Amino acid sequence: MRDNGILRVIARFLIPLIMLFALYIQFHGDYSPGGGFQAGVMFAAAWILFVLIYGLPAGLAVIPERAMFVLSAAGALLYAFIGLLGVALGGKFLDYAPLLEDPHSAQQAGIILVEFGVGVTVASVIMLIFTMFARRRGEFDGQGVRGDDD
Amino acid sequence: MDLLGHYNYWIVVILMMAGFYAVIARGNMVKKIIGLNIFQTSVFILFISAGKIIGGSTPILRKGVEVYSNPLPHVLILTAIVVGVATTAVGLALAVRIREAYGSIEDDLLIEALDPPQEPSETEQ
Amino acid sequence: MAVIVVRDLFSAAMLFAIYSLLSAALFVVLDAGDVALTEAAVGAGISTILILAVLTLTRRFEHPVKTLHWPALSVVTITGICLLWAVSDLPEFGNPQNPVHQHVAPYYIEQSYPDMGVPNMVAAVLAGYRAFDTFGEVIVIFTAGLAVFSLLSVRPKKRAEEPDEERES
Repeated sequence: MRDNGILRVIARFLIPLIMLFALYIQFHGDYSPGGGFQAGVMFAAAWILFVLIYGLPAGLAVIPERAMFVLSAAGALLYAFIGLLGVALGGKFLDYAPLLEDPHSAQQAGIILVEFGVGVTVASVIMLIFTMFARRRGEFDGQGVRGDDD
Repeated sequence: MDLLGHYNYWIVVILMMAGFYAVIARGNMVKKIIGLNIFQTSVFILFISAGKIIGGSTPILRKGVEVYSNPLPHVLILTAIVVGVATTAVGLALAVRIREAYGSIEDDLLIEALDPPQEPSETEQ
Repeated sequence: MAVIVVRDLFSAAMLFAIYSLLSAALFVVLDAGDVALTEAAVGAGISTILILAVLTLTRRFEHPVKTLHWPALSVVTITGICLLWAVSDLPEFGNPQNPVHQHVAPYYIEQSYPDMGVPNMVAAVLAGYRAFDTFGEVIVIFTAGLAVFSLLSVRPKKRAEEPDEERES
């Protein structure tokens, strides 16, 4: 699909926009609908759009598979780390109150960091799942059907 | 029976039964997974419509709004949607592997491939 | 319901995407902004693209079903009638006096801003009051990624021919 001019132009316009919107939703989850899951899914969708237009090797050159493995674990570990930080500073697990002095700021900081961990994990896991499926298509020597455009 | 007060639940039950029929009556595995997703989405509609207050609005604190819809079902359904996509992804991966191991994803052909009749219908050993 | 009947799985996937998008619009009407965003992104985006990716790996058309599957239809009808009868006991739609709005929800609606300082009540509950459940959910999606990786990282064996080519009758 790289040669299709219309798709390429629109993709070039849309993909950065979608990624920026995903970041906006990630960090404005406190004030508007959004949060970690939505942002992670949208970021992964932007990457999948890139792969659909430019092919899987180009997509994997941008975000390699090792990065996906590492990031998916890193997000969950960040979540656990924030939780354990609450324990280390004298509270319960996932208690945000001992993180900072002002209770509102502590809760907001804890929520932003935790949602960031969630977003990173969700985005990388969805990209990983798509890579697994897409690579299977390249290796499989069977009957193929067109089904990749939407 | 208060029919008009429950019309949202009627819609939910109809969608749920459509998804349920797709899961049990169709042999193709991908269609079963699609039916499962339809079922899941109808359950989400059930919860969200139970949490709505007529005259309320989205549960985000802002000026000029007194009545908010119930935020608790939203939290539950948010988690449920993500778990649903996880289940769908694993189910589709299983379907791909079954296809490669046995040559088809239709129920009747799989039954024949698993207890082989006289002619060899599987090509893998 | 056309999703069930249509044999072309690509069309079924597209109809499923339309269904997801319509339910996301329904969620917006029902005042669920976060859920609508998630359902639109996940249902109409990710689920559809995964189904399409699987369709490139398997057959695009499902086998023709000769008759209506009567046992399944009877089970579905009986379950549907039981559910419709049970549903009439549920409280009616949208009433502010419903029991679901009485006990825990007013606490969250009133206290989430004084406790947390976060206007989005859904995010406050999800990542603040009930953060442990969200932790479990992150682990679930991570496990799903792990499961897909472990299933699909085995190299497929090359197959010479397909045994179900001649079964169309």
